[in-house]
Amino acid sequence: MSELSVNHLLGIKYIKESDIQLIFETADQFKEVINRPIKKVPSLRDITIANLFFENSTRTRLSFELAEKRLSADVVNFSAAQSSVKKGETLIDTVNNILSMKVDMVVMRHPNPGAGVFLSKHIKASIVNAGDGAHEHPTQALLDSYSIREKLGDVAGKKVVIVGDILHSRVALSNIFALQMQGAQVKVCGPKTLIPKYIHSLGVEVEMDLRKALEWCDVANMLRVQNERMDISYFPSTREYTQLFGVNKKLLDSLDKEIVIMHPGPINRGVEITSDVADSKQAIILNQVENGVAIRMAVIYLLASKIKQ
Amino acid sequence: MSQKVLLSAKEIDIILHRLACQLIENHLDFSETVLMGIQPRGVYVAERLAKILQEHYDIKSLKLGYLDITFFRDDFRRGGKPLEANKTKIDFLVEDKKVVFIDDVLYTGRSIRAALTAIQSFGRPKEIELLTLIDRRFSRHLPIQPDYRGRQVDAINEEEVKVMWKEQEGEDKVYLINK
Repeated sequence: MSELSVNHLLGIKYIKESDIQLIFETADQFKEVINRPIKKVPSLRDITIANLFFENSTRTRLSFELAEKRLSADVVNFSAAQSSVKKGETLIDTVNNILSMKVDMVVMRHPNPGAGVFLSKHIKASIVNAGDGAHEHPTQALLDSYSIREKLGDVAGKKVVIVGDILHSRVALSNIFALQMQGAQVKVCGPKTLIPKYIHSLGVEVEMDLRKALEWCDVANMLRVQNERMDISYFPSTREYTQLFGVNKKLLDSLDKEIVIMHPGPINRGVEITSDVADSKQAIILNQVENGVAIRMAVIYLLASKIKQ
Repeated sequence: MSQKVLLSAKEIDIILHRLACQLIENHLDFSETVLMGIQPRGVYVAERLAKILQEHYDIKSLKLGYLDITFFRDDFRRGGKPLEANKTKIDFLVEDKKVVFIDDVLYTGRSIRAALTAIQSFGRPKEIELLTLIDRRFSRHLPIQPDYRGRQVDAINEEEVKVMWKEQEGEDKVYLINK
């Protein structure tokens, strides 16, 4: 019997390939569970989980909450906007106060990179990073790889291009770690201003020409332009961005093979991909969302099994 | 560690045929009945029984499913290692059907308790019966007894009853292992 090598899921770079495979195998079973007439199992009925969202989220938060509820865990939700954080409470104080109410696990999204790692050094509960600034978003990377595995049979040997705002994207970084760990090749494509300088040190090639990138790849993961994180103008206009880095149906149809289109959401329709691409057969965007619940159930289940009674 | 053969291949075969006949006695053509192998090892018993029913007794419309009980067990986080899940495969409705749980060894009864909860996720069966190849007497933690029993054995807690199958371990045999 196997178990995870870690007590927290702080990022893909802290886990091993065998952990990823264990999470996928467990998620297979949970995917079957969430398609039953009664989509709930009682495994975590003695576990309480706090969802701490210091940054906005719809999909991830709902997905985590559903995953927790389908495992029968007790769930408390917290969002920074309506909390004492506004009154000047520190992160450790906030979390320790919540943990005093006998919480076993914390799912946290935070605008500062490394917030999860920092917290893990100061508190006892298991921590799942649901996104920390531009650092990591491990469950998104896991569900992306899982969706590729489901669609194409395997991740190893596949060619994946991540298109768009790499600089501000935690999804990109976690995906690069996860895909490389599983033996996939990764390229990034986007405006030069939105590609971090360190990217070569990760063993990732940069392709400036979207058509060439698409011709090379099996899977294109289209990222959203994160206007909310941009303090300066990184490209002249959205229109120009779309012309150079947006995928439309005409472009897709002109390729000599059928590639898989992914998007972590939320989509800016008409910017990074057009509506007809988002709704096409090649897009697995909604499968990603469904798989997200199964993956998060697997992560929470496996981490909870390491919490001592 | 010492081991003793409890059942030989021949004996297992005879017992499975008897159990198949007992099932037919109660369920006739199996139109309202589904067989449910309990994962992981009840599945092998269920597959053998299904084969016998189809090939020797000409039961045409046999429904066979696999039920994984991992997430319904009551010892989650109590053992040293996490519980590893197996595949659940139920391609039919259990609503209003007679369900026969099939397992290899009935010991404490906790697996069957979990199975009784797990099956509810798929609907409300009309009734549930239990078939087990080996019934370990005097070791139950719960008030659960089999309706169809292959062989009853007396084994103390330090002993393990291990059912081997040709498809998996290369031979059909039941061992009593003294750890």
